Amino acid sequence: MSWAGPDDIFLSTSLATYLDTNVILEGACERVIVGDLYCDIPLGLYVIRGENVVLIGELDLEKEELPSRMNPVSEAEIKRAQKAEREATDLKGSMRKRMEFLDFD
Amino acid sequence: MLFFSYFKDLVGREVTVELKNDLAIRGTLHSVDQYLNIKLENTRVVDQDKYPHMLSVRNCFIRGSVVRYVQLPPEEVDIELLHDATRREARVVF
Repeated sequence: MSWAGPDDIFLSTSLATYLDTNVILEGACERVIVGDLYCDIPLGLYVIRGENVVLIGELDLEKEELPSRMNPVSEAEIKRAQKAEREATDLKGSMRKRMEFLDFD
Repeated sequence: MLFFSYFKDLVGREVTVELKNDLAIRGTLHSVDQYLNIKLENTRVVDQDKYPHMLSVRNCFIRGSVVRYVQLPPEEVDIELLHDATRREARVVF
């Protein structure tokens, strides 16, 4: 399992090899998490350049991978949720900019 | 080299690694290498609700280049020793 940083992409796999932290993943899938929703999107064979790797974590198979409150949804639905979240943060950002002249602390 | 040796001496201690993406992970320092890549055991994420991704991760490898801080227990740190060592290291470079 690995979690590559910059775009918060989360990949899951069964086999991985690494050298200077370059990574080959077989059977990779991207787990997109938005709030309490998640979706695993299969990606296949992935080659990851080491400079993009943030963390490689070993999954304990006996433990729950995700909290029980989380619900799996389809790819289309998670994409919609991502878009909504992005629009919400954009709106928050633009509103803050409009309020800047008020000089709140 | 100084911090590589320093972390090698800290193997077995409980540390909190804070990454540049704001994720903080607590665990036992298992090993470190020349790039200051860190391997942690018995890991748990500090703010588990914000980062549900890693609920079942117990051991992990962290690339050195993404670490912002390694938080150590204050009683384990000999400040005077570190000060002297870094002063000596700086002199060697120049």
